[in-house]
Parts: sequence; C-alpha cells; structure tokens
Amino acid sequence: MKLRINNKLVTAEPGQTILDVARANGFKIPTLCDHPDLTVKANCRVCVVELKGRTRLVTACSTKVQEGIEILTTSARVKKSRNLNIELLFAEHVRKCPDCTYRYDCELLRLAGEYGLNVSRFPERKKNRKTYKFANAVEIDGSQCIDCKNCIEACHELQHIDYLKMEGSGVNQEVVPVIDKKTACIYCGQCALHCPVAAAQEQYAWTDVEKALADKNQIVVAQFAPSIRVSIGEEFDLPYGQNYEGKCYSALRKLGFKYVFDVNFGADITTMVEAEELLARLNDKKAIFPMTTSCCPAWVAYAEFYHPELLPHLTTARSPHIHSAGAIKTYWAQKKGINPKKITVVSIVPCTAKKYEAARPELSYKGKPLVDHVLTTREFAFLIKKHQIDFKNLPEGKGENLFNPGSGAAAIYGASGGVMESALRTANALICARSKKPTCENRLEFKEVRGLAGFKEATINLDGKKIRVGVVNGIGHISKVLPRLKKYHYIEVMACPGGCLGGGGQPIPTTRAIREKRLAGLYAIDKSRTLRRAHENKAMVDYYDWAKKNGLTKKLLETKYKKTSSSILKIVRPSQGAIFRFLPTGR
Amino acid sequence: MPVNSRNILKKITDANLVGRGGASYPVAQKWAAVKSALATRKIAYIVVNGAEGEPGVKKDGYLIKNFPQEVINGVYLAEEFLNPAKVHKIYFFLNREYFRAYGPGLKKVLTLPKYKKLGEKMEFIVKPEILTYISGEESALLNLIEGRKVEPRLKPPYPTEHGLHGHPTLINNTETFYNVSLVARGKFKNERWYTINGSVKHRGVYSLPADLSIAEVLHRTNNYPSYSFFVQVGGEAAGEVLNSKQLDQPVSGAGSIMVYDERSTKKDRLFKYWLNFYHEQSCGNCTACREGTYRLFELFNHPEPDHKLFNELLDNLADSSFCALGSDAPKPFKSYLKNILKK
Repeated sequence: MKLRINNKLVTAEPGQTILDVARANGFKIPTLCDHPDLTVKANCRVCVVELKGRTRLVTACSTKVQEGIEILTTSARVKKSRNLNIELLFAEHVRKCPDCTYRYDCELLRLAGEYGLNVSRFPERKKNRKTYKFANAVEIDGSQCIDCKNCIEACHELQHIDYLKMEGSGVNQEVVPVIDKKTACIYCGQCALHCPVAAAQEQYAWTDVEKALADKNQIVVAQFAPSIRVSIGEEFDLPYGQNYEGKCYSALRKLGFKYVFDVNFGADITTMVEAEELLARLNDKKAIFPMTTSCCPAWVAYAEFYHPELLPHLTTARSPHIHSAGAIKTYWAQKKGINPKKITVVSIVPCTAKKYEAARPELSYKGKPLVDHVLTTREFAFLIKKHQIDFKNLPEGKGENLFNPGSGAAAIYGASGGVMESALRTANALICARSKKPTCENRLEFKEVRGLAGFKEATINLDGKKIRVGVVNGIGHISKVLPRLKKYHYIEVMACPGGCLGGGGQPIPTTRAIREKRLAGLYAIDKSRTLRRAHENKAMVDYYDWAKKNGLTKKLLETKYKKTSSSILKIVRPSQGAIFRFLPTGR
Repeated sequence: MPVNSRNILKKITDANLVGRGGASYPVAQKWAAVKSALATRKIAYIVVNGAEGEPGVKKDGYLIKNFPQEVINGVYLAEEFLNPAKVHKIYFFLNREYFRAYGPGLKKVLTLPKYKKLGEKMEFIVKPEILTYISGEESALLNLIEGRKVEPRLKPPYPTEHGLHGHPTLINNTETFYNVSLVARGKFKNERWYTINGSVKHRGVYSLPADLSIAEVLHRTNNYPSYSFFVQVGGEAAGEVLNSKQLDQPVSGAGSIMVYDERSTKKDRLFKYWLNFYHEQSCGNCTACREGTYRLFELFNHPEPDHKLFNELLDNLADSSFCALGSDAPKPFKSYLKNILKK
C-alpha cells in the first residue's frame, strides 16, 4: 500500500505500524515505552504523530497504517505535544546522572538535548520514592521511574514470574514487588534490560571495582564471560555480532586489571564436570532424570523457590565463572606464586543474577568469595566510557598465558542450547572413546538444540543409547515443559530469552533481532576454532585432573542447592540529603 | 409479532438506538459486531454498565430503581440475540449505593421464571471507592472484572471481538438495555433520560424527547432560571460549559444538565473542583493525563500560575491522551474560558 509521511510517498505492508513504516523510510520518531519484545502499550505518548482526518494525534507505535493515509511527524502540533510529554516524563525522573551507568546512552537526556527542551518547568515530584533492591542483583529506583511499565511486562509477558506490579493509581502509582508466599524474584534482570530510563537496573559493583583497582595491596584480575565479546561492540556503535574479545582484554588491562582471563576456560570446566555427571547418571539405574543444567543462576533461584523438588535434578557442576575463579585462586595462584588472599576476581558477565550467585556462601574459598565482584556488560561499557578509553581503536590483546580462551564449545555457552551442545559434544566423544562396540557415532554439532525457539528438543544417539534432550529458552517457557519432564534425560534451562546473549546485564536495547545477531556471532566463533570440544582443551584437563587428584572436587568443581522460601528484598527510603541536579546540555 | 433474535436487531436499527453511556455509538452496530465475532467463537460475555461514572448523572440509578424489569428484560433480549448457550456470564456493574438500595429489586426480577436462567449467570460487580470515573470506561471495566489494574485498554481490538478474558463482549449502559426492552415491546418513543442538577427548583431525572434543546428541557421541567446562569451539559466533569444564549442545541453525553448561578459561582472554585477531580481520577496509564492533570492542579495552586503552560497542558491532554477521560478533560476549562469568561 501507499501512504504519505511528511508529504513523501512511501510504500508499506498491511499490518505495519506508522512507527515501522516511518523508521523504514528514515523518518525519526522518538519512543520510550516501545519495545519490540513487549506488547505495545502506548502509554508514554512520545511517538505522537498527526494523522490527517483525525481530530487528535495518534501514537505511531500503536496505529496501523492504511492505504492513502497522510502522516506528519514534525508538524508544530506534533512537536508541541511530543516535547511536553518528554518534559513531563523528565520531571518524574529524579536526575542522578553523575553516578548513572546509563548516562552515556540515556534516551531522556538525548531527546531533551536534541529537541532543546527546558526541563526545569516542573518540579521533580518523585524525590521521596523508595528503592526496591532484589538481593544484590537488581533494583528498581522509584524516584527515576517514568511509569512505562516495561519492567512489569518483561517480568510478566516474557518471564511469567509476575514479581512486579503497579500499585495505586494516577500520580501516586508505583512499581512494587509482589510480596506473597507464591512469588519470588529470580534476579534475571529482564526488568532492567527493558527499562528505558535505568530506573530498573543492576545494583552497581563498579564503584567497588574502582576502589579495588586503586588499592595497591590487591591483585585485581578480570575474567569476561562468553557472550560479552559479541555484545560489547554495540555500546560503541560497532557492528553487531562481531567478536571483540581482543579489545576486551586490552580495555580491561587499560582499566588497571593486572591479569585478564577468559571465562570460556571455566565453561570448558563446566562442560567436563557436567558431561561426566551425565554419563555417570546414564550408567546408574537409580539415577534421577532428567539431569538439568545449573549454570544459569536465575534458573537455580527459580528452582530453589518454585520447584525445590527438582533440585536433585540439577547438575552439581559449577557455573563457568565460578569454575575459572576457583582455578585462578588455587591452581594459577600456586603456579604464579601469588598469595590467593591478595587476589580479587572481577567477573564481567551479561547477567544480573551472577551478582547473587557470586555471593552464595557455598561458592567461597577460604572464607572469601571465589568471585569478589561482578560487573554487567553495561557496567563494563560504562567504565570504558568513563575512563575515556577509545574502545574502537584498542589493539587486540591476549589473555593470561597459563590459561587459554577455551574451546569452540565454550564460546556457544552464551547462546540458548549452547551448554547442552557443549555437554553433548564431550559426552558423545567420551562415550565413544570408552565404547567397546565396533562403530560409534561421534557427532560434533547438534543443530537441533540451537536457535531462539522457546523450547527445543531432540533425541540423541549416544553409542546406541537414545537419550531425549530439551532446551528451555527463557524461563517463561518452562511451565509447558514441567508436566512432561519425565520424558527427558537432559534439560537445559536459561532464564533469559536467547540465553546469556539476551541476559539482564546486556546492552540496551536487546531485541529479538539483536539476539539473533549476537547468536550468529557466537556460532561463528565456534566454527572458527580448531578446538571445538571442551575435553580437548588440554590446559583445562590438566587443571581438572589436578583438582581431582588433590581431593578438591567438592571444594572447586561441585556445588549444591537448597530450597528457599522467599527472594531477598531490601527497601531503601531516600536519604534526607540533597539530591544532585543535573541538567542536560545535549550531546 | 413476538420478538425473536432475528428481528430484534432490525427493530433496534429502525429505532436508531444509540448507546446512552455517553458516546452515542449505534447500538445495532455493537450488537451485530459481537454476534458476528461469535460466529467463530464459543464464549461471549454481557456487561451491564450501571455505575454512573460521570458526576452529575443519575439516570442509571433512577432506571434500576423504577424499572428493574425493563432493564433486565433488555439484558435478556441481548442474551437471546447472542445465543444463551454461548453467553458464559453476565456482569452487572453498580456503585455501592445502588447495589445496596436497588440490588434487591433487581434480584427479585431475576427470580421470575422468564429470567431465572439469566439470573444464574448474572454477577453483580460493585464499583471500588477509587477510580470511580475511569472504571466506567468499557475496557477499564473489563480490567476491573478481570482483577487487573483499572485502566483503559488499547483499541483495537475492541471488546466486541476481544473483551472479557479475550472473548467477544457486549457492554451497554443500563439505559441502553432499558431502551432495547422498550423497542422490543414497541413502546420506544425516542426519548432519553435527562438528569437536572444545580441551582434549580426541580432537580431530578426526566424522560423527554431525545431531540429537545437544552433550553426546552429546562422549560419543560419548569427549571429555566429567572436569574443569570450558565450550564454544564453532559456531565459535571467532562461536560461542556455553555452560557444562556447557547442553549439551542441538544443535550450531549450522558444527558445531564448542571445549572450554575452565575452570580455566586466563582471560577476558581469550579476550576479547583475539576482539577481535583481529574488528577484524582486519572488512572495513571498515560503521560499526558497522569502528569498533565497533576501538573495542571499544581500550577493552578501556585501563587503565580504560568497561564501559558496551563494552556499547553490542556492542549496536550486533548491531543495526546490515551483515552477519552484525558482528551475530554480540557473541555470544561476551555469552554468556561470561552463561553463564560469572555462573554
């Protein structure tokens, strides 16, 4: 169909919104509450446009195009209304810009600058709002909320957790956690990932990390997770889905980290422990099936609260960054002759729940957490920007010598289905190596478990034994699988849609299209490696054998879970002190 | 000729029945939309909106009190028309006061053999104390019944296709069901119910021809003031304010006329009442209304109000609100300024 935008004739498909068509044709329309992951709500009223024949303005996000319509996106009337709505939203958002990791990307600031808005006509009205802190992972600061409800919808529509709700009405309404016996936060951070103004966000660790880096008595080391390398570039307007691991090494060194490691090494340890456990269960007539993955801490939090009866199903293997941190603080420290007490490990992860995981008491070593601080991808990018490091032009750095960047199987840990595929690669190879049959099918790739479908399943032939596997891509899809769990031998669960590449700590925006690009990036890394199975990683096997030989299996390789009766919530009232005001000057 | 589900739609169409909730949407179109949606669907709902959201309108209560059987019969006809086997439940939305006073009368009608089956499907929904205005908006009412946050839904899809729990839903005002019953019995005379309030001798609810002018309604009810006055028509919140020379037009909205004594009515008090009402009644969903009505209230109470900004906020409400509560909110202010202050 044909229609006109600002007097220019454009073509469109039925079913498209004005916003879709305008953007496809290069017309800029600002949005705040719109997110491709969520049902259109049209409540921020920032995307208003004039539609000829209508007495009122319409929202571009919610209005479908029709043949012959005429749209104005920059008329005086549109500008007046759009600008006033941005101004009204701005007055809801108490400015805490200097400490906000979102300040370089903030859409509110950008729009206020672009349109030259006077953002001081209305007094800030939310100064006395509370902050809700979910364990040490995520928080919702009511004084910054613009009432768009994206967080509530992410928790409801995507995750089916329904931990957040809008309480009250009008100017008194407030996003609050649901406090009852049936509901708990799983710390996934999808609320933060979908918040347009960083009112919902990770609880910062970057201040602690800066302090640690400034402390001469600490040896501060960093390790970054598999999916960071394909998403960090987005923060610096680099192409999607490319591998920036070399620049990650360099950036971390520039920030002052003495040694930098790749969590992919830890992912290979996870795969090794997990594949061995799968094989052990398959050989044990009394074993519990299905075995499930456990490297997603939000899934663990989910199981511990919602389905404690499933805890014996979870693999005892630790998650990758805990594994590699264990290797750093023991094996590596010993070889290097460094006192492990002096080592501070900082994990850079795409996740908010890892902050919670790192603080779990069973994951400590000699009274100290194995991972001392956890930064999200966004916090990492913020630090790079804050310290004016020119990420784009950084040289390609390399990791710590004793360890290596892991196998191709580790790279795909960042994608839904990746953990499953890695474990299957190793389990398949090990079972064939131990087989007494004349032939044994030894597969490398398991494409059946890849992709962004909500649930994926396959039957896998392990030396004549048919095992059924399933992959839950996003905790919102788990309820469909739970009733038929018994049909499977092995289940992977990732709480965030897409897996870690769509994690709650990843760059904003994260949408389906962007997840697909990050996903393609991870599988490209896997393809490019000569080493594509975890157990072929010799350095990792050396460490694995060392840990076993020294009786450190329980201390370094395995973990345990326990039933919880609620999630951790802390409510912080605003301090009486002055609130810093920061007026945008445009960019 | 007895009424059956086939000819009721024709009768409604011929009678030109329009919805009496305030929007004056053609009743036949709405009924036909639900019916056609039901062709491929299994479950439908009926909702009777009888809770009078607009302040100053009292006809729902009047009809439920005086003509409960007529109202119930209208609902019965709707159910027959849609197919009783598919109508899963019927919700009757009432405010607390009406439920207490007139609920027993309605329930008594439902014990009559003809309405017994209907009565088994009917549930009374009592209006909450807050958000009394927006909860009368049909999609917000659906949210209320579903136990969700009371706020309007994005349309389309319309409730006729995608209403309560996603099923086709027929929502009509009490007066509309009352009218349907009259139409079926051949008694409909194209009258409507007017509520007259304010500085008049004979306040009350009157049934008079639907095409009368405001002046005629006041004259016929012996309410035409002898002093200088102005009126607010169609509700005491969203209604338009007209001076005494502008009364040669029909009564809009939900049919109320509020008469103000011009000598004793202060602008500030009126504005304050409206501003209070709107910012307290805003559900909070959209920026233009949630923030706009609050900032208007805040500005107006400022020692030196910014009149330009006040007007900008009113224009923005009209232009970019999510629903009619917001977009109609500027009407009383703007019409007062235009028709009374500048007279």
